[in-house]
Amino acid sequence: MNFNNLDQLYRSVIMDHYKNPRNKGVIEDGTLTVDMNNPTCGDRIRLTLNVVDDVVEDVKFEGEGCSISMASASMMTEAITGQKLEKALSMGDEFSNMMLGEDYDITDDMGDIEALAGVNQFPARIKCATLTWKALEKGVRESASE
Amino acid sequence: MNAIDIRKDFPILDQKVNGKDLIYFDTSATSQTPAKVIDAMNDYYREYNSNVHRGVHTLGTKATDGYEQARMKVKNFINAKRYEEIVFTRGTTAAINLVARSFGDMIVGEGDEIVVTEMEHHANIVPWQQLARRTGAELVFIPMEADGTLKPESVEAVISERTKIVAITHVSNVLGTINDIRAIAETAHRNGAYISVDGAQAVPHMSVDVQDLDVDFYAFSGHKMLGPTGIGVLYGKSGLLDKMEPIEYGGDMIDFVDLRESTWTDLPVKFEAGTPMIAEAIGLSAAIDYITEIGPDAILDHEQELVNYAYARMSEVEGIEIYGPKERAGLITFNMEDVHPHDLATALDTEGIAVRAGHHCAQPLMKWLDVSSTARASFYVYNTKEEIDGFIESLKRTKEFFSYEF
Repeated sequence: MNFNNLDQLYRSVIMDHYKNPRNKGVIEDGTLTVDMNNPTCGDRIRLTLNVVDDVVEDVKFEGEGCSISMASASMMTEAITGQKLEKALSMGDEFSNMMLGEDYDITDDMGDIEALAGVNQFPARIKCATLTWKALEKGVRESASE
Repeated sequence: MNAIDIRKDFPILDQKVNGKDLIYFDTSATSQTPAKVIDAMNDYYREYNSNVHRGVHTLGTKATDGYEQARMKVKNFINAKRYEEIVFTRGTTAAINLVARSFGDMIVGEGDEIVVTEMEHHANIVPWQQLARRTGAELVFIPMEADGTLKPESVEAVISERTKIVAITHVSNVLGTINDIRAIAETAHRNGAYISVDGAQAVPHMSVDVQDLDVDFYAFSGHKMLGPTGIGVLYGKSGLLDKMEPIEYGGDMIDFVDLRESTWTDLPVKFEAGTPMIAEAIGLSAAIDYITEIGPDAILDHEQELVNYAYARMSEVEGIEIYGPKERAGLITFNMEDVHPHDLATALDTEGIAVRAGHHCAQPLMKWLDVSSTARASFYVYNTKEEIDGFIESLKRTKEFFSYEF
């Protein structure tokens, strides 16, 4: 069988996050809750965060979606836990750059998120990978404007 | 009919996608276009592009003839009584919105009921929701059976003297259910209600006779029946269209314009404000010629053969769940156990197979099915059993790929 391209997309680390998601659930008394849908495909995600002094103390996600969107959420929660909000948002920018095939700066301390680099070869799936990062950005922006 | 010969008329099908022969199983979203249709639109732009219903020059006359002949062709194709009953719109969605806005606002009031079903495409739910909100009417749903069909008794039970409009799809774009429109129209009329039908998934695939069905309104799109995007049709009984107000105003649709008031021209142009979709109407006309040449009955037979074959072969693949009734139009909506439909569609795409994945613009129906999304394979004149065989092999490989312990 010739699924070589598929192997690049569905790397084992991605499928591991999909099948064994990290930080799945809801923080009941979180400081920030954000919901986001992808209306074209039906994916939805809810992030709950506990942000203290601009630092992400804890973050959980729940939702429905394909392996790429759910794995990306799982990876993101690991990457941003313990980080300053500003740093978390800049990781999102670098992640977007990676999706667009541009130069990006992703370091080892950001967990597994670089494993999704292959998604940029599948233009129809980029929005799956970025859903969780867009949700984070939306949540932070809305809380800042309150 | 011979699908192998038919395929030669579709230049787009002769290509490789991701290194494999394209297998196009997404006709329910949009159909492909035969060379004759592309040529008809090309000829228009190369030889007689002009505005219609205006001026006296030669090209303008030719364009007007082409546009109005297209209307006549649609009239004959669905057996409308008069050509004035054929209104060109941007598509099915625009046609339904026209009915809901103009006719709906005219006859629906507070406490009235608008009857729909849970199998409707968003285009046949949202305009009626909005009508209900504007008027204070209530939206009422005919319940579905477990297999996604409507029982005649349920239709009888829901449609009542309170019903003003029944808005229903002829063929479900997800379940493939074929509704008994003639019977539902009879029930609606017996209760003093009108019926508006979404025919987007029916007209391309079977013979539709609006007089025989006795529907009040019937809407469909060009791009799902081998024609171009950007054009659709609203059929309406002339007695009703006559009473309705336009929802768009401007050029072409007027009779006299004074500084402070104006009057409208006659049907059907009353509902076609502005320069219409001329090339698209001419393309639709060529598409109707193409379908007529094959014959709607032959198309239906071919699709039935394909869908029955696909249904049987997909049932062989372990972990595939198929939604909707056994007796169905030429499409199969399904899920593969433990594989999200987007992942499935990506895997099939790497092998050149185009299927739809998502909620198919039918979120209430997804809720009813208790799934967040599904995959769908849909068939048309140019598809073959060999393609279905290739699709089945790909499904099996996809299943194997995702069941691998990563």
